[in-house]
Amino acid sequence: MPFVADLATPGGALLVLAIAVPAIGVLAAFALGSRHAARIAIAVVAAGFALAVAVAARVLADGAPLVYVLGNWRPPLGVALRADGLAAVMMLVTTVVLFFVALFARADFATPAGVRDARAPLVFWTMLLAILAALNVCFLAGDLFTLYVALELLTFAAVPLVALDGSAETLRAALRYLLFALAGSLLYLAGTALLYGAYGTLDIALLAGRARADAATTVAAALMTAGLLAKTALFPLHLWLPPAHAGAPAAASAVLSGLVVKGSYFIVLRLWLDALPAVITPAAAQFIGALGAAAIVFGSAVAIAQPRLKLMVAYSTVAQIGYLFLLFPLAVGLAHPEATAITGGMLQVASHATAKAAMFMAAGLVYAALGHDRVADLTGVARTLPITVAAFALSGIALIGLPPAGGFVAKWLLLSAALATAQWWWAVVIVVGGLLTACYVFGVLGRTLATVDPPPPRGAVTRGREAVVLGLAIVATVLGFAAFAPVDLVQVGRPPVAGVPR
Amino acid sequence: MGDVTLFGVAGAVLAGLGVYGLIASPQPLRKILALNVLGTGVFLLFGVVARRGAAAGLGADPVPQALVITGIVVAFAATALAVALTLALTRAAGSASLESDAPAVGEDPGPPR
Repeated sequence: MPFVADLATPGGALLVLAIAVPAIGVLAAFALGSRHAARIAIAVVAAGFALAVAVAARVLADGAPLVYVLGNWRPPLGVALRADGLAAVMMLVTTVVLFFVALFARADFATPAGVRDARAPLVFWTMLLAILAALNVCFLAGDLFTLYVALELLTFAAVPLVALDGSAETLRAALRYLLFALAGSLLYLAGTALLYGAYGTLDIALLAGRARADAATTVAAALMTAGLLAKTALFPLHLWLPPAHAGAPAAASAVLSGLVVKGSYFIVLRLWLDALPAVITPAAAQFIGALGAAAIVFGSAVAIAQPRLKLMVAYSTVAQIGYLFLLFPLAVGLAHPEATAITGGMLQVASHATAKAAMFMAAGLVYAALGHDRVADLTGVARTLPITVAAFALSGIALIGLPPAGGFVAKWLLLSAALATAQWWWAVVIVVGGLLTACYVFGVLGRTLATVDPPPPRGAVTRGREAVVLGLAIVATVLGFAAFAPVDLVQVGRPPVAGVPR
Repeated sequence: MGDVTLFGVAGAVLAGLGVYGLIASPQPLRKILALNVLGTGVFLLFGVVARRGAAAGLGADPVPQALVITGIVVAFAATALAVALTLALTRAAGSASLESDAPAVGEDPGPPR
């Protein structure tokens, strides 16, 4: 069976640059110290965005994935990098979010005057670049073992961000996160061992052609999925997420919640839709969808009850991760609506990444202004921080899924996929989840809009930082207009579904 | 065939012990050790796969051995990070317990920014 994907395509070098540039940035930032790290990080993230745009343009123009074969050793012995539409979309989302976060974090992680090197800024900026490198490996890797290495890189880059302030509470959260993540990646590794033993290759395209639904493959798929779910924090494996994401500094929380959990989610997507489509049964897809539904209901309900804003936003992440997994029952084993469900799911990824990062940064500004983030005491904040509250409102609208935000189109596509496949129960979950999200978002907004004398203090929050947060929230809002794009980038390189014209 | 089965079963037993230890023991250091036992089981599985030479029908397949070396390096780095975090936690909190004294609602144990 001929695999065109085994041959390097022109422009394949872009994929190498997308991984190598941030990796070089890590080394440069580490070598030059925290005084230069911020500038290097912002430049590298901007370069990463340019590369992502170039890759996306190339993928769109070719209508086929970009491929680079490392050292000209072809799979199954060699390792290939591939960028299809899914990968290009994820690269774009990642670099956009990182760019806004880096602009926001300049004030928090500046090296104080008179100090040559400071620990927290150095760790933050190097780890930010390491996350960009690791995520790009996640999106571009063409084989399951490279994905394992990417998973571990992502863990090692994300865990220090949780414990940046070095307090006992955040160290505990970081350690718990690390233990969950390591257990998850070892289960994933056990699965790759079984798959290699069965098929003699870990290349995703080759596996898709060879995999059969036998016992070894099913066990391998189950082990790998369980490991990845622990890293993605899908209910009931979400226990590590709220303390880790709520305890980190705002800029770090934005990256962890918006982007890092999407790395392991993306690998689930690759595994289920690309590597082992023959093995994944509709029953398994229903099961993972049920976990997603439980995450939506549980995460939203707990978020409503949270006394602190950052914990509320973190539990909201637990809930929104659930939406991502509704993609599977709507896309697996059913030929017709696959395209709608996948586009909807990816739009939900982009919408949550931008909206949640903006929301965490807005919560960070509220904390900086008031010195606390108790939801009950947020009355009148809209008077002193109108731009921040506007950003919080816009990102909340994106999370609820109200028009014209990207979240609305994402949920609309998922809803229509649910109705088109006669799976009304997922439609109920999507609607109920939106209502619960509205409860906690409007609960906070209502308090901030109340009139009080005297207005709450403004702290050291500058208009510039507020504008950055609002900028990212606006990105989350205008994502809805992606629905009017003439071509669907997500679908480029998807295997054609029998009988459905694309 | 005999040794492949033996090592395969040994790998499975190690992995099972590791998962049990990870879930059952409360102390972080024991959890880290359990992770290493689990990892050893998985690495042994790669050895068994290499021995079976499933890929090319050879006596032994070098690819899983290359993979397992990467895996061992990663596991070593992960263990070092986990131990460093445990040490830092012990220094900051006085004990390495993972049981958090849940932050009370009234007080303000929030993040620095």
